[in-house]
Amino acid sequence: MRLKHKDLLGLKDLTAEEIELILETAAPMKEILGRDIKKVPTLRGKLVVTLFYEPSTRTRTSFELAAKYMGADTVSIATATSSIQKGESLRDTARTLAAMGTDAVIIRHSAAGSPALLARTIEAPVLNGGDGMHEHPTQALLDMFTIKEKLGGFKGLKVAILGDILHSRVARSNIWGLTKMGAEVRVVGPATLMPPEVEKLGVKVYYNAEEALKDVDVINVLRIQKERQKKGLFPSLREYARLYELTPQRLKLARPGALVLHPGPMNRGVEIAPAVADGLQAAINEQVTNGVAVRMALLYLLIGGAN
Amino acid sequence: MAILIKGGRVIDPAQNLDARHDLLIEGNKIVALEADITAPAGARVIPAEGKIVTPGLIDMHVHLREPGYEQKETIATGTRAAAAGGFTAVACMANTNPVADSASVIAFIKEKARQEGVVRVYPVGALSKGLEGKEIAEIGDLAAAGAVAISDDGHPVMNALVMRHALEYAKMFNLPVISHCEDADLANEGLMHEGLMSTILGLRGIPAAAEEVMVARDLILAELTGGRLHLAHVSTAGSVRLLQEARARGVKVTAEVTPHHLCLTDGLVQSYDTSTKVNPPLRPADHVAAVVAALAAGEIDAIASDHAPHADEDKDVEYDYAPFGMVGLETAVPLVVTELILPGKLSWLQAVKAWTVNPAWILNVPGGSLAPGGVADVTIIDPELEKEVNVNEFYSLGHNSPLHGRKLKGWPVATIVGGRIVMEQGKVIED
Repeated sequence: MRLKHKDLLGLKDLTAEEIELILETAAPMKEILGRDIKKVPTLRGKLVVTLFYEPSTRTRTSFELAAKYMGADTVSIATATSSIQKGESLRDTARTLAAMGTDAVIIRHSAAGSPALLARTIEAPVLNGGDGMHEHPTQALLDMFTIKEKLGGFKGLKVAILGDILHSRVARSNIWGLTKMGAEVRVVGPATLMPPEVEKLGVKVYYNAEEALKDVDVINVLRIQKERQKKGLFPSLREYARLYELTPQRLKLARPGALVLHPGPMNRGVEIAPAVADGLQAAINEQVTNGVAVRMALLYLLIGGAN
Repeated sequence: MAILIKGGRVIDPAQNLDARHDLLIEGNKIVALEADITAPAGARVIPAEGKIVTPGLIDMHVHLREPGYEQKETIATGTRAAAAGGFTAVACMANTNPVADSASVIAFIKEKARQEGVVRVYPVGALSKGLEGKEIAEIGDLAAAGAVAISDDGHPVMNALVMRHALEYAKMFNLPVISHCEDADLANEGLMHEGLMSTILGLRGIPAAAEEVMVARDLILAELTGGRLHLAHVSTAGSVRLLQEARARGVKVTAEVTPHHLCLTDGLVQSYDTSTKVNPPLRPADHVAAVVAALAAGEIDAIASDHAPHADEDKDVEYDYAPFGMVGLETAVPLVVTELILPGKLSWLQAVKAWTVNPAWILNVPGGSLAPGGVADVTIIDPELEKEVNVNEFYSLGHNSPLHGRKLKGWPVATIVGGRIVMEQGKVIED
């Protein structure tokens, strides 16, 4: 079985079978990461470009490592040092990359829909590394890989996504992926940070953290961007933490042994208490490892031998 | 030269006429409209059996971009687009560069239109100096120079006191004040309608309320001042309710709606095609149904395209960075025919009324009727003609239409301005 689309733009476009295929392909990739010599020749001779219009440490590094471990060459383009600074359009940058023989482009952009624009412009597969408030499919896939590894599957699981749902591409991708795989998804956060009509995506909306976290199997804590407070979306970080910070007390409301996820980077003491972040139930560092494995799987499926 | 349009179905709401009639033009005037007219010697006879013959269509809201943005559109190309689309007259908005906030810019537009245009051009003057919404423009001068209305279209007038003064002051010159109703704070730099689709696409939303609170404010100010308020591009169910309620109280107000708000929904944005980015944004089906019903009931007076051309390079960018606006002059008629008239949601009489007598009355300009003695502005539409929209064949410099590739029925086949045939079979006739 193969993926139906040439690109990975979002989990909205994937079927449950395709998600399953990606997660299954990622398992042996994780095994490679545990080896002494972490390198296989599968993508030797392929060129993978990361095109990042927004700052990122972990996603870009993770993609680059994934490509390198698979034997591909990587080129990384960041906005501060490229002709983008000279006013080159995304479409022209894309055409340039295509002319250089790129086999895959990973794009991150603050404008939603930019990966779709890129995918329409070039023939090579485009992988969305996060676009605006739209989707961050590889983050959701690594979250799901972690959940599956720890808890065995998705059917009937209760997953709470906690925080700024409105601005979160991680939340949207997780909602699409988890609901397709049969999990019950709850979103919880202040009313000013809740996307309009989000319940129509098949999730339950909560404004009260205590109610939302009751008996859940997984809590995915979102990063709160401090700039949102300046825009008047919530009154203070202090009040945010009082109402929504994942503290040890709140974690006790979840099912015993519930899994705690965070896409990073964390604001300790705002959305997550240090004791929880460093606690036994947190899988935050493992998420990072799994991210590399999932991205190896995606590169393999989109540009590897399967084609 | 005389022109006899023979055997067409003449729809002239100004005379409440919908019948098979012949229409005789001599010079720049209509001279006869009767059931059967014999062609005078030397007359050009246009057979119109099976066609719809209407007063020249008037588009009371377009952007011709000249002066200042000639890479997007010029008076020459914009009026050719109008002629191709069946329009004999357009009212052009003031957001040019320099802004049409002085008599000299109004005079420039009129002169340029006289030299290079092929349809009538009615300039709209700016409501405030520089469209800044701070001080009212020299409205008396603008009126004297020939402005038919005043508007800061494209920019909401956020200061209620400035709007109050504009409504009061424009009253002295009997000019309508065309309001682009949008609360900029509530719109919050949004990119599309706020709702399920904006949630899915991750694009910042503009709530319907951003339009409705301004509609409410302006209706209250119209009532306070007795000024002539005209609501541009009404797009929400709430705006329609406010309009109905104000009308019932006798507030002097008129309103227009665009073909795209009548026929397209925000589902189109899923493509992230930047030609779907318009302000006000495309709305979901319930809002669309409300504006269609209001137009059919005569509560919305006019159909106006808000033709907003942009250069290809302006629109060929990320959705966030693209300017608002879509072109409309060359697709307005077949879109409304295909989506509303043929399916029975809107009558021919009501549609033609919204494109002729009503805008002529609102702007106090000639035309709008086929009664003998009037100007010979006529549009002929073939309700059976089906064609695929091809933006590359537009006369407009703007190709920003989400209708590219769509099959539409009911295209205009002739446009006559002041007795001169300016378009036939979709082709603009040059002198």
